[in-house]
Amino acid sequence: MSSAQDVLPGAVSLPVANASLETQHAVEQFLYRQAEILDDRLWDDWLALFTPEGHYWMPAAPEQMVGEGQPNIFYEDHYLMRVRIGRINHPNAWSQYPPNRTGHVVSNVVVEAEDPSSGDLVVRSKFYVAEYRNDEQRFFAGKYRHHLTSGPDGYRIQLQRVDIVNVEGPFDYVLQYWI
Amino acid sequence: MAGGNGFNVDDLVEPDRVHRACYVDEEIFEREIRHIFHKAWIYVGHESQVPKAGDYATTVIGRQPVIMVRHPDRSIHVLYNRCPHRGAMLCSQRAGNVGSAFTCSYHSWQFKLDGKVRHIPIQNGYDNTRFSLDSPDAHMKAVARMEVYRGFVFASLSAEGPDLKDWLGTAIAGIDDMCDRAPEGEVEVVPTCFRMVQKSNWKIFLENQLDAVHPSITHTSTGLAAQKVEQEMLAETGQPPPLSYHYISAFAMELDKWGALDVVGHPNGHCVLQGYMGLRPTDPDTLEYEAVMRKHYGPERTEEILDVNIHHLLVYPCLSIQSPLQQLRAVRPIAADRTLTEIWHFRLKGAPEPIYRRALDYFYLVNSPSTMINADDLYNFRKCQEGLQSEGGDWVSFHRNAGQDRVEGGITTTNIGFSEAPMRNQFEAWRDYMTAETAS
Repeated sequence: MSSAQDVLPGAVSLPVANASLETQHAVEQFLYRQAEILDDRLWDDWLALFTPEGHYWMPAAPEQMVGEGQPNIFYEDHYLMRVRIGRINHPNAWSQYPPNRTGHVVSNVVVEAEDPSSGDLVVRSKFYVAEYRNDEQRFFAGKYRHHLTSGPDGYRIQLQRVDIVNVEGPFDYVLQYWI
Repeated sequence: MAGGNGFNVDDLVEPDRVHRACYVDEEIFEREIRHIFHKAWIYVGHESQVPKAGDYATTVIGRQPVIMVRHPDRSIHVLYNRCPHRGAMLCSQRAGNVGSAFTCSYHSWQFKLDGKVRHIPIQNGYDNTRFSLDSPDAHMKAVARMEVYRGFVFASLSAEGPDLKDWLGTAIAGIDDMCDRAPEGEVEVVPTCFRMVQKSNWKIFLENQLDAVHPSITHTSTGLAAQKVEQEMLAETGQPPPLSYHYISAFAMELDKWGALDVVGHPNGHCVLQGYMGLRPTDPDTLEYEAVMRKHYGPERTEEILDVNIHHLLVYPCLSIQSPLQQLRAVRPIAADRTLTEIWHFRLKGAPEPIYRRALDYFYLVNSPSTMINADDLYNFRKCQEGLQSEGGDWVSFHRNAGQDRVEGGITTTNIGFSEAPMRNQFEAWRDYMTAETAS
């Protein structure tokens, strides 16, 4: 089977691993599952997607290289994610009445790097999200970059970088939770 | 005096209540633009946004697009963002560097960084016309007045009026508080500006900033969620949670504590709400910072600086400043029911990195587009705006603790944090601006 590199020999600045069909399939299923978990607001399942040190990161600028010590739109570990979930579940989270509802599509999944010994992956993908709340609809598009650890019970997110195309804003309303 | 739709502005503001037209009427809004935003000192930006010659940043003063630019002689100029030829904006980005001149993308007219014309192509085409390079019409126009106070750049589109320091008056203490907390006495902007469009009148935002009753109601969900995670973190790790958790769990503190805060109303509508978060803990980072401060200022002055206890300073009508956490929100009204806020934070020059991280944590938790705090504020603002359309009542109540303020030398003080004194103070200034005969 030809690898992505064979198909696109010129695309040197966008690295592609020669991942197996099984790996490609497994990681696609993982990303689809994450999208479903968000759309269905399954918060315990959401937390379980991340390693204990895992972070969800949406930089405030495309050129940002690290989340730590920088202004970000999101930069959350388990504890901060638990605050956000606790807030959403509280009956007095006023702006959750009515709640927002989302539909995610994840596509263009490319395995960028694969560690042959551990099976850990770096995976790029694209997303498109429609969000509805209070008679208004918004759309978000962008790219994900997942650093996944591979273990006996599947993949876990060590770091998920999310670059939305409208990163500079302005935002007409806040992002209530992760995109 | 007619304010619009037959409203007499004098009749809209009473000492303890205001008419809903102040928030929803488009003609009142247009009058606010002319009488308030085109007349008062308006915050443009911080000089550290434009460190090098040719650096510029754009924003609006009322309805007027302006450019703040750094001249090679280090001075800062605030110019109308308009080519005098056919009116095209000269800078269409929010920030950048124009090199040694502004060049219009339409017909290549060029202007020096003080706005004076440098070159106009096809000059012989102007022979025997009324236009010449000596004409004021050949240059970019500067705003009527521009002043910089400790790096904060303000402009006024009106040639008349008090100078910046007099206009800020005693409220200048809030800007001093932010800068004094830097060992080097200066702050430096972090070049990430979060912008949020609020579907509500600009005054609703400003009123909320010093409303000490709303936090434990509006933000109860986030405050309690943060408290719970603080406890879990302590149990799971044995470590006390970082200070940043306290920033949001403090929103759930008992209502009584909010009621004990001091509120000060300054002339021209500026107001201050006393701090409550206790930002002088005794952890090693704070102690190191305080040691650096003592090295720069000496022990006595350091105590004076760190004892200043401000949560919010309102510079009416354009700014909300949180000096101890180096945050600032600039208010740009768009329409009666739409307001843009530009949100910035700053580094204290000379302070150790962990102190910056505190400002950054607050910027993230309270002011980022994913904020768990402003999420519920913005929803309240919008509901106020929509509710104020209702003819179910004409008045907005600011009666709480009215008549109980101490007034001395134009300064209103109350130690009842729940008092609606700050709202009354803002509307006193509003009425003065709106009823003044001259507008620019």
